[in-house]
Amino acid sequence: MNEWIDRNMGRVFLAPAVTLILVFSIFPLVASLLLSFTRVRLSGGGFKIRFVGWKNFEKQFFGSEQFHLIGTFTEISVLGWIVGLAFTAVLLGWIIKYIRSHFTWVGFIGRMITFAMALGLCWLFSATLLSGNPFGTVGVTLFYVFVGCGIQFLIGTSLAFACSQRIMGKNAFRVIFFVPMMITPIGVGYIFRMMADTTKGPFADVWQWVGLGEFAWATNPWAARIFIVVADSWQWIPFVFIMMLAAFESVPRDLTEAAELDCAGPWQKFREIIWPHVLPIAATVMLIRAIEAFKIVDLPNIMTSGGPGIATESVSLQAYYAWRSLDLGAASAIAYILLFVTVVTCASFFNLVIHSRIRKQR
Amino acid sequence: MLKINVVRNLIKVSALIVAGGVVFPPLTASADGHYDGVVVNILTRPGPVIAGRIVDRAEEFKEMTGAEIRVAEAPFAELFQKILTDWATGTNSIDVGVFASGWGIELVGGDLVENLDPYLAKDDKIDLDDIAPYFRDFNQKVSGSTYFITLDGDFQMLYYRTDVLAANGLEPPRTWEEYLDVASKIHGQDMNGDGEADYGSCIFKKRNAQSYFAIQSVAASRVQSMGTSEGIYFHHESMKPKINNEAWDKSFELYKATGEYGPPDELNQDIGDTRGLVVGGRCGLAIDWGDIGPLSIEEGSMIKDKIGAVIMPGSTEVLDPETGELVACDANTCPHAIDGINYAPFAAFGGWTAAINKGSGDKAKQAAYDFLSYMNQAAQSNVDVTMGWTGYNPYRNSQLNDTAAWVDAGFSQEAAENYLGAIKESLNHPNMASDFRIPGAQQYTGVVLDRELARYLAGEITVEQALENIEEAWEEITDDFGREEQAELYRLSLGITN
Repeated sequence: MNEWIDRNMGRVFLAPAVTLILVFSIFPLVASLLLSFTRVRLSGGGFKIRFVGWKNFEKQFFGSEQFHLIGTFTEISVLGWIVGLAFTAVLLGWIIKYIRSHFTWVGFIGRMITFAMALGLCWLFSATLLSGNPFGTVGVTLFYVFVGCGIQFLIGTSLAFACSQRIMGKNAFRVIFFVPMMITPIGVGYIFRMMADTTKGPFADVWQWVGLGEFAWATNPWAARIFIVVADSWQWIPFVFIMMLAAFESVPRDLTEAAELDCAGPWQKFREIIWPHVLPIAATVMLIRAIEAFKIVDLPNIMTSGGPGIATESVSLQAYYAWRSLDLGAASAIAYILLFVTVVTCASFFNLVIHSRIRKQR
Repeated sequence: MLKINVVRNLIKVSALIVAGGVVFPPLTASADGHYDGVVVNILTRPGPVIAGRIVDRAEEFKEMTGAEIRVAEAPFAELFQKILTDWATGTNSIDVGVFASGWGIELVGGDLVENLDPYLAKDDKIDLDDIAPYFRDFNQKVSGSTYFITLDGDFQMLYYRTDVLAANGLEPPRTWEEYLDVASKIHGQDMNGDGEADYGSCIFKKRNAQSYFAIQSVAASRVQSMGTSEGIYFHHESMKPKINNEAWDKSFELYKATGEYGPPDELNQDIGDTRGLVVGGRCGLAIDWGDIGPLSIEEGSMIKDKIGAVIMPGSTEVLDPETGELVACDANTCPHAIDGINYAPFAAFGGWTAAINKGSGDKAKQAAYDFLSYMNQAAQSNVDVTMGWTGYNPYRNSQLNDTAAWVDAGFSQEAAENYLGAIKESLNHPNMASDFRIPGAQQYTGVVLDRELARYLAGEITVEQALENIEEAWEEITDDFGREEQAELYRLSLGITN
């Protein structure tokens, strides 16, 4: 008995945690996957579930919801063709190069998934944005992810680097920069909606003074998207800041001092010592931010309700609206599409971009 | 001296309290106490609007009967889903749902709502005859049986600034073309004396808010002319959408055109935003539910005794359902027209109504019914509807025929008569357009119509594309719920029983 306990003690201790994860994480994941292949109706006595196969997915990609998820397609412009073909060639070259160099089946399958999604997104970009057609929630979400996270990383890292230097009052800056992250996203949404109101908001006089009194940001698709990115950045720059500050402060002083003794300039010191040291943390920060950004829902919901039209609606918001109207099957299908895009994008980013650079440096 | 006065006053106050206690014994839970220990859980939208008054009345009801009425709140967008899930899964943590009347059909279809006929038969205080026919016979009933208790009467009306129109020698618009004409003439004038240019028209246009009600108000007079039972959404027999036609096409264009005389960010304004502008004196014309009347007399209002109300603008041409084209109004095409104009006031939202969960305990159901009846009775509701903050609008004849309560609330006699006159004209109109009252109502209008309208207003798509998309999506929803079942429920919702 004692021997059995000794042998299985690890498993016994892990069992409660594993059970909790199974119940609260894995079960909902499996249940929502099943729901995505069904139509669900609530009625007396419980649920009426009807299996509909791939219909919920088909509707999103090829049916009446195509415009909503991936965009409206008419003719592809000349620019769209050029960019699409060029990017396709680059992707093909990348795959061929991989096959010729160090081929493994696992690596090949992973790269083929990345290839397929990158190709799809590339042609989506060419057929919508570059061809003057409205893009759907996938395009909007990618805009929030790439532009938003890019801005947040640049500003957050710059501020962190500045605060890691010997400057006056840097402790105060640390606290001030961190405050926005403590506010709930709904609060941030309302704050920014109010501040941006050019006719009756608290800054209406300021807007009028700079000549924007009649400008309605929420009625212009790009202005609305940009404003949401601004609000999102205001909230999340502190996260990047605090993580990167810890990274910068963990760079060993003896290395930087040795570089200074060797007459290395500030840029050289940053490029050769500091950046390689913080790169793994920077990659992790970006990965966490990207995953969060893919799920953005509060800000567009509060600030614009996804409008004007569907110009600011993210995939998560689309799923939420479907769920709200009790279309549980469609909501689950949309959520799974988002999950696929998020996992492939983030895994590809980490494995193909960051991991390979870290390997190279080592 | 001061101390002596204070002591004297304290003695006086104490004496009054003691005397009061003897002469007027406090109303306690045991006033009759037959519901002592009974708990009724109500779920509705966040207060103070709607929920706030339920809480107040719940305290009174507890003092009278001993029943504890607990009011929980859920965001408007999630309210129906929470109620449906709770009742369908048998969780039954909610005894009463207070929601839009149109949503209830789906609950009745799922056999989740208590039939109130037996309760009404024993209730001699509710006075059903005093409830306006539309709410009594359409809103509260399904297939001839009463399932809901009306707490609020909702439909939209046109509001106009009496002073601004008079100063410009203009009459209140009777058609939507006249609406645009009046709006264009007063747009840019200073209407509240703050030195800033104000707006000719204020109509909420935000997505995922109330714009899909507004477009139906604009379209109703073009789509429906043969009376309430004609309906504005589908052909009765085939259940084919009556949406991709000239009437809706024109209505979309008119609705968009009103934005030219509105605030610059009207596309992102919901009802709360436009109400703020109207009460702040910044709008010459506006459409809204009945709330503007009571709000106009509240503290801080810039429009007290300066706001008039009339029935929603009508149309001189109406839809020929066979061809999908607009035809001129005449005695055959518009039997209810006045001066050649077809009116169809839209019962947008239908009002906040209460339904009792069939799965609740018998005692809780009876207590719930008694409480809802108490709220609905004229003695209570006639006071509640005069207060803007409650969110309740008139639905009883006694609320509309007697101006005394409204004058007591702060209306001038003229304003009260004007406001109640507009409501009566709308409410008693034989061509009143009924809101969606079939399963999936939220998907048909709240999701599909709302989204395509928003895309059209934002310039993403043309009106033709918007209507085609709506038609296609409505067909999908109908097929999904079952065409035959939907057709039958649609006919029932319009009072067609054969």
